[in-house]
Amino acid sequence: MDLLVTLLIILAKVIGLTFVVVLPLVPISVYFERRFSAIIQDRVGPNRVGIPLTLLGAKKDFSFFGLVQPMADGVKLFLKEDFTPSHVRKAFYWLAPALTVVPALVTVCVVPFGSDIMVNGVAHKLVIADLDVGPLFVFAISSLSVYGITLAGWSSNSKFPFIGGVRSTAQMISYEIALGLSVVPVLLYFGDLNLSNIVEHQAANGWLLLPLWGNSAPWSNGGDYTAWLFWIPAVIAFVIFTTSIFAETNRMPFDLPECETELVGGYHTEYSSMKFAMFFMGEYAAMVIGSALVVTLFLGGWSLGFGLDAKIAELSVAGVGIGGLVHMAVFMAKVVAFILFFILVRWTVPRFRYDQLMRLGWVIFFEAALINVFLAALVIAAPQFGAISTAGGLALLAVVTGALIWVLKVSEKKAVPVSI
Amino acid sequence: MPLALFWFFALVMLAGALAVVSLRNPVASALSMVASFVGLAGLFIGLNAFFVGIIQILVYAGAIMVLFIFIIMLLDLKTEEKRAPKLAPVLGGLGIVLAFTIQLVGVLSKTPDKAHEPLDLVAASAAFTERSPGISSKLKEGHLPDVNLIGDTLFNGYNLPLQIIGVLLLVSTIGVVVLSKRQSA
Repeated sequence: MDLLVTLLIILAKVIGLTFVVVLPLVPISVYFERRFSAIIQDRVGPNRVGIPLTLLGAKKDFSFFGLVQPMADGVKLFLKEDFTPSHVRKAFYWLAPALTVVPALVTVCVVPFGSDIMVNGVAHKLVIADLDVGPLFVFAISSLSVYGITLAGWSSNSKFPFIGGVRSTAQMISYEIALGLSVVPVLLYFGDLNLSNIVEHQAANGWLLLPLWGNSAPWSNGGDYTAWLFWIPAVIAFVIFTTSIFAETNRMPFDLPECETELVGGYHTEYSSMKFAMFFMGEYAAMVIGSALVVTLFLGGWSLGFGLDAKIAELSVAGVGIGGLVHMAVFMAKVVAFILFFILVRWTVPRFRYDQLMRLGWVIFFEAALINVFLAALVIAAPQFGAISTAGGLALLAVVTGALIWVLKVSEKKAVPVSI
Repeated sequence: MPLALFWFFALVMLAGALAVVSLRNPVASALSMVASFVGLAGLFIGLNAFFVGIIQILVYAGAIMVLFIFIIMLLDLKTEEKRAPKLAPVLGGLGIVLAFTIQLVGVLSKTPDKAHEPLDLVAASAAFTERSPGISSKLKEGHLPDVNLIGDTLFNGYNLPLQIIGVLLLVSTIGVVVLSKRQSA
C-alpha cells in the first residue's frame, strides 16, 4: 500500500511537472517569440486567434491577445501531411526527432520547481528526482540530444541537412566544454551538487548574483566579504554559462546548424509535419530547461529573496501548505522572464560566422572559464590564506592571464592565410 | 535497486553490446554502443554510484561516441557494409569471451555466497570529522556523498598520480596539434 502511494506520488510529480508545467511552456514560448519579435519589428503579430464565439451566435469573437494561437499552431502541425522522402535512411530518420525531444524533457526531473508542499504533515519536494549530481545530470543527458540533430542531418541523405548536422555536432561539443568549466566556480562556492540544496542555500543566504541578505551580507556575518568578492567570478561564470546555453540550444546568434540563408533549413530540411515540430519542441524545451538551470544556479531558483522565503514557506490554506506553490509561481515567473531574454537576444543580435563561433568557444570562453575557476578558488580560499599568500596568488593569476592574452594576440597576427 | 531495474539495464547493455558486433551498418553499431553505455550507466546508478554513472554518460555517450559518429558519417558506408567478416577476428573475439567467462566462473565460485550487508555510514563518518566536516555530516545523516568521497580520494589520496595523468593528457594534446600543423611549415 505504501509502495503504491509512493509510486502514485512519483507519477503525479512526473506528469504534473513535465507534461503540465514544462511542456505547455513550449507552445507558449513560441507565441511569446512571435509577439515579442513583432513588437521589436514594429508589427502586430498573431493577435486574432481566440475562441470563435460567433459560431455559437454571440456578437463578437473572444480574442484574448491571440493566446489560442499556440493551439492553432499545434493542430496545424498535427494535421499536415507527414511525408517521408524516398531517399532517406528510414530507421534513423524516424529516430532522430525523438532523440532531440526526449533528452530535453528527461532533464526536467532534477529541476527544483519550488519548496516543499505539506500534505497531511508530510513534506513533498517539488522535484521529481532529488539527485546529488544535479547539474552534471543535466549536462550528461542534454549532451545526448546532439545525436538527434546529427542523425537527422545524416539520415536525410541530402547535402544541406548533412552540413547542418556536422556543424551542430562541432558546435555543441565545443560549447559543452565552456559550459562545464564555467559552472565549476558555482559548484566550488556551494560545495554541493544537489540543486535543491543550492536553491535552499540561496534562499537563506542571498542569490549568487544578488548577495544582499542572510550570511552573505558583510553587516550580518561579522565583516566577511567573501560572498561580495565572489560576485566577480560569479558574473563571469554567468555570462559564459548563459552564452554557452544559447549555443547548446542552437538559438539565434549560434543557429548555424539551421541558418536558412545558407542551408535552406539545416538539419530539418527534409522533415515535415509532426516530425518537424518535434525538432522545434526539442529546441524550445532545451531553452526552457536552460533558463530553469540558469535561474536555479545564479538567480536563486524558486526563492523570492530578501529573507521573505521562510515566511512564504509557512503559508497554508486549510492545513495544506501552499508556500511551495507560491515559490513555484516565483520560479515560473523567473523562467518566463529569462525565456523573454532569450527571445530578445534572438531578435537583436545578428548571426555569427562559423569561424567567429569557433573562436569564441575555444579561444575566448574556454580560457576565460579556466582562469575564472582559479579566480573563484582564490576568492574562496582567501580568508584561510592570509594576506601574503593571497597577494601572491593574485599576482600569479595576473601573470598567467597576461601571458594567455599575449599568446592569443601573437597567434592572431600569425594567422595570415598561407599561399598554397 | 529493485531487481527488475537491474535486469532491464543489464538487458539494454547486453543487447546494445551484441548489436555493436552484429550490425553491418557502422552508424547503427555506434548507436548501439551508446545504448550499451546508457545501460551500464543505469547499473552504476543502481549501485548508488551516481557520479560514475553520470560521468559514463557525459564522457562516453555524450562526447566520445559523438566524435565516433562524426567520423563514421564522413566515411563511405557502402564499402563497410559489403565487407564480409573474416574468420580469424571472429574466432579471436569468441576466444576472449570464452576466457573471460572461465575467469568469471572461477572468481564467482570462490566468492562466498552471503547476504548483502548495508554500509555502516555513521561509523565511516568518524574518519572524516577532521579532514572534511561536510562529508562527515552527510554520512551521519545516512546519506552517501559519492561525489565528495571521490573528490576526497582523488585529491588527498592520489594527488600526484592525478597530476601526472593531467600532464600526460596535456602532452598528448600538444603532440596532436604539433603533428597536424606540420604540413603548413
